[in-house]
Amino acid sequence: MTDNGDAAPLVQLEHVNKYFGALHVLKDINLTVSRGEVLVVIGPSGGGKSTLCRTINRLETIDDGAIIFDGEPLPEEGRALARLRSEVGMVFQSFNLFAHKSIRENVTLGPTKVRRKARDAADKRAMELLERVGIAAQADKYPAQLSGGQQQRVAIARALAMDPKMILFDEPTSALDPEMVQEVLDVMIGLARDGMTMMVVTHEMGFARRAANRVVFMADGQVVEENTPDEFFTNAQTDRAKDFLSKILTH
Amino acid sequence: MDELIEYGPELFSGFTKNLLLSVLIAFFSLAVGTILAAMRVSPTPVLRAAGTTYVNVLRNTPLTLVLAFCYLGLSDTLGLIFSTEVPLTNSFWLAVLGMSAYTAAFVCEALRAGVNTVPMGQAEAARAIGLTFFQSVRLVIFPQAFRAVIAPLGSVLIAMIKNTTVVAAAGYTVDVAAVMRETFDTTGVSIPIFIGIVLAFLAVVLPIGWYTGWLSRRLAVAR
Ligand SMILES: Nc1ncnc2c1ncn2[C@@H]1O[C@H](COP(=O)(O)OP(=O)(O)OP(=O)(O)O)[C@@H](O)[C@H]1O
Ligand SMILES: [Mg+2]
Repeated sequence: MTDNGDAAPLVQLEHVNKYFGALHVLKDINLTVSRGEVLVVIGPSGGGKSTLCRTINRLETIDDGAIIFDGEPLPEEGRALARLRSEVGMVFQSFNLFAHKSIRENVTLGPTKVRRKARDAADKRAMELLERVGIAAQADKYPAQLSGGQQQRVAIARALAMDPKMILFDEPTSALDPEMVQEVLDVMIGLARDGMTMMVVTHEMGFARRAANRVVFMADGQVVEENTPDEFFTNAQTDRAKDFLSKILTH
Repeated sequence: MDELIEYGPELFSGFTKNLLLSVLIAFFSLAVGTILAAMRVSPTPVLRAAGTTYVNVLRNTPLTLVLAFCYLGLSDTLGLIFSTEVPLTNSFWLAVLGMSAYTAAFVCEALRAGVNTVPMGQAEAARAIGLTFFQSVRLVIFPQAFRAVIAPLGSVLIAMIKNTTVVAAAGYTVDVAAVMRETFDTTGVSIPIFIGIVLAFLAVVLPIGWYTGWLSRRLAVAR
């Protein structure tokens, strides 16, 4: 599938600018994500990390610049945009499982309604994915009956069910009780090992060091620093990053 | 008491017409109200404006005026005729049309209140897996919104059922209220007849209130 893909990056952001009213939240962002790469985005609150993530599947529109996904500019609307979104998985901080649907239905909704997959095949695949994230036994429960960590693992299975080219994670573990963080990170590390292209907003340094190829430090709407995880955490170049790291390392 | 027994069959036959009207209007108003609500939450400005205008006009016009407009305006003047042979059949469908149009505005607003109870994240997750706007409304937003407003929708239906007693304004003069007035012309005002009709409505409306209350608890979406 990616035989000739190594050369062209999967995602390319070129001079991307984004405003919320007068607030300039993304300032001339230039960033590429290669196929199979795991990119961790880190930075202070309000720096624009979520917004950056959400522009890639166009949950947020941009005011200026270009985003190229898999060789094509992001479609603006309609069916083409829906198709793009089906190829880019997203895992939210607050899980956002469909509250009126069972765990299994959460995972099969996209494949049956977007991909028009037959119900049997979709069910079978859903069970495989739920098995993979360790939730198969809960398939007939509803989201509210599961713990946060379990819900987030289902959310990952829901994203995987679309066979996405990439998955965006926006602080997937920050709404979780501490004892549930690792179970979710373990699933994500597994995905990274299997070659999934991932963009992960997280402050989990352990994950960044074990799974990331690159860390992007964002503050005030700008990419301030980009480096390998080891270099970034042990030898940050900018004062802004050093200052930020000293804060997250000391608490 | 004697009048009630004597005129009971006619009154009952009138009441069945109210029931038939109610069933048809419930069906059409739920369907149209749902479409209106989808228009009002859609990202397309034209659809939103059309939905908003419709709701504001219909919801703020007295029902008897809506019905009179259907009867005298739409039918007599503009020539919308459901049956040329039987005037009562024509006015029956005009009453269904007018009351469905009117009730749909209330259904729309109840449902829209339900949409507001559905967290933003649900719509975002729906879009993020590639559902189109209308798919996410149909498969994710509305099913949760409906469950949140079953009880208020029950109230809308109950109000509608009681409102069927003014369909004479559309020329449909054989419902229970019309039969009652006709009976009073011959018997004089009869308290037992009043009470009989009230009890008949209670027998229909109370269970609807109970049932929708029970259903709303049973189907409540746990978050
Ligand atoms: N829908 C919105 N409307 C207006 N302002 C917004 C909106 N979403 C985000 N913002 C603002 O844009 C800026 C960037 O927000 P963003 O959520 O991208 O930051 P973040 O880096 O993800 O922060 P956090 O770590 O708190 O999640 C913030 O100042 C935020 O208040
Ligand atoms: Mg954020």
